Amino acid sequence: MNSMIFTASARILFALMLAASIFILWRGHDEPGGGFVGGLVASMALAVVALAEGVPRARRMLRIHPMSLAGLGVFLGFVSGLPGLLIDGSYLTHQWVFFPNGFKLGTTMVFDIGVYLVVLGGMLALVFRLYEDAP
Amino acid sequence: MNFVYAAGISAIMGCGIYLLLSRHTMRILLGVMLLSAGVNLVIFLAGRIGPNPPPIIEAGSYTLSPEAANPLPQALVLTAIVIGFSLVAFASALALQTFRTSGTLDQRELADAEALGSPYESKTEGSR
Amino acid sequence: MNLLLSQALIWPVVLPLATAALCALAWHRPAIQRWISLGGLTLMLAASILLLVQVETEGTQTVAFGSWPIPFGIVFVADRLGAAMALITAVLALAIAVFGLADIRRRQEHAGFHPLYLGMIAGVAGAFLTGDIFNLYVWFEIMLITAMGLLAIDRTRTQLDGTIKYAVLNLLGTLLFLLAVAILYGVTGTLNMADLGRVLSESEPSAALALVAAMFLVAFGIKAGYFPLFFWLPASYHTASIVVSAIFAGLITKVGVYASFRVFTLMFSVDEGGIRELVAVMAAGTMLFGVFGAAVQWDIRRILSFHIVSQIGYMMLGLALATPAAMAGAVFYIVHHIIVKANLFLAAGAIYRATGTYDLRKAGGLMGSHPILALLFAIPALSLAGIPPLSGFWAKYMVIDAAFADSAHWLAGVGLFVGLLTVFSMSKIWVEAFWKTPPLERKHARRVPMAMLVPMAILGLVTLTIGFAPEPFVLYADATATSLLDPKTYIEAVLGPQAGLDLGEQQ
Repeated sequence: MNSMIFTASARILFALMLAASIFILWRGHDEPGGGFVGGLVASMALAVVALAEGVPRARRMLRIHPMSLAGLGVFLGFVSGLPGLLIDGSYLTHQWVFFPNGFKLGTTMVFDIGVYLVVLGGMLALVFRLYEDAP
Repeated sequence: MNFVYAAGISAIMGCGIYLLLSRHTMRILLGVMLLSAGVNLVIFLAGRIGPNPPPIIEAGSYTLSPEAANPLPQALVLTAIVIGFSLVAFASALALQTFRTSGTLDQRELADAEALGSPYESKTEGSR
Repeated sequence: MNLLLSQALIWPVVLPLATAALCALAWHRPAIQRWISLGGLTLMLAASILLLVQVETEGTQTVAFGSWPIPFGIVFVADRLGAAMALITAVLALAIAVFGLADIRRRQEHAGFHPLYLGMIAGVAGAFLTGDIFNLYVWFEIMLITAMGLLAIDRTRTQLDGTIKYAVLNLLGTLLFLLAVAILYGVTGTLNMADLGRVLSESEPSAALALVAAMFLVAFGIKAGYFPLFFWLPASYHTASIVVSAIFAGLITKVGVYASFRVFTLMFSVDEGGIRELVAVMAAGTMLFGVFGAAVQWDIRRILSFHIVSQIGYMMLGLALATPAAMAGAVFYIVHHIIVKANLFLAAGAIYRATGTYDLRKAGGLMGSHPILALLFAIPALSLAGIPPLSGFWAKYMVIDAAFADSAHWLAGVGLFVGLLTVFSMSKIWVEAFWKTPPLERKHARRVPMAMLVPMAILGLVTLTIGFAPEPFVLYADATATSLLDPKTYIEAVLGPQAGLDLGEQQ
């Protein structure tokens, strides 16, 4: 698509949407949001770039193949269950570390990042395939 | 009230089945989408719909309030929507690829699979 | 390490899933993917053997994910049937992956063959081991989406056409399944299969439950290729590459059979509401139409595809009779059939490699040029036809004997007649591909690589083992059938002894 305004604003939109997606991912545990929605927003960010500047450009920005991203996500999901297996004897029982100032970190976070990556990778694989011109 | 819901769902699913009977691949896919929307609504209805507050645990308490909506059907519907969405997305990518290679999405003209290795023609291998 | 062993149940599903993820990570490096895939499947095989040993020594295994209390969270349950199916899945997946080393082309690997294949194996194993009906739906869908990817992996016109037919009918099947699950949840308020078994055995028969049972039968019928719902199967299986056809033929339809066995023993009973008569008619139709369809075909893959349908009928016959002997025969039949049918598809791939065609009219003369291939084809072919003393003979014998014992003479008659026609089809392939002088003389015989022959030989060895030493397998199948027909053991293993006690008092 050859629209100057769209191309110029695509980069800004991309940065804003990516930041929003990470924010949504982060607040997802206790409040509405999470890996799935975050992943959707992030994939839309890259889809905007793909629309404005072409799929090859978006693929280059991503650097790795979308399916590798999804694979990484599934693998993170697999890994996030292991601490539960070792500590609690039950796979996917999520473990938490609490800090004195109310800050907490848990394996659900790893799982959520995994979901984020799976959704991002899967959506992008599809969007790139659909946007690419006929061979 | 249940009757109204049931009538609405059956209208949606009826449209879906009507579209499924079409010969055009995209219409069939749209029919599948409508059907899956209808099924998702059935899951919702199975969890008893009423004027309930959303199933979110209030700050400070550790359990759901007793009149909150049933959270399980919502989780099921969410899963079903995601899976249905990915399947339909995959199938439409497939349809697009078919259109690019065959130039048509009419099921009457798409018979390559049946023609392959058919016992009634001798020169089937050539069509590959 | 102890912890890893205590949860052997999760590994046959989690390992292929993690391996698929690793393969996807190495997207542009097919060589690495190949070895990751083989390594993961070997580990899965080890885990499934461990699981079978545990189930045999300690009884039914249960795992609740995320420590959720049992009827609420997702559970995995391995009873004898589930564990045996997981093991056979692992054996077949590894054998076919080795065969794939010689058959899978570079382009298919770049299109994501390995992640899709492993994802499908994870889906199959998950469907066999899950104890939650909604989770079963999720595994069905994972299987379906990876299967679509595998079917269309070359993106040729025929494959795309076959995949669309496969996709639409199977989507419809899974939607019906989901609808049935939704209504079942509305009626009973639970999704745990053991809990459903407990609740349904106490509840009065109602229109909603009859509808649910009918929808389950149709949904699994589409998956498994029951008459009159099998038409997608011979329209799509033969378009795929042979490795994909083999794994589909061995496993995918059998997931539908497994699911109907599970649902119609644990939750519903075939005795009620005329299900038995319906299943019996469907079984006879499945056997007959499958074998008639095969009789007129000339493409090896199509013959074998139709034979999948006809053989499914024998398994349904076991379900229709639902006596311990018949169920044991059906379980034995499933195990035998998975090995033999996949092996036959692999043989078809090897025949293609040797002659360059799947069309029997153009093949010929393999007996002289490839005697080892001839032997390796003969084992599964004779076994499928039910020639003693191979595994297929015992399987058919058990099922048909049970049919006579239950005085279902017409079903037994159909079974015997279909067996006869199976011999016809197998001998057709044998005569045309191996004995006939080839219509085109080749100057140099094409070699069939070792990576193709070894997995065929191993699967053939399994067939021979089952054939010559059937006793442990028959005993295992008997024990499986007994526990299948007595859902109390399954329910007690999942919900604790108290639940089973209540059930006993109710009855």
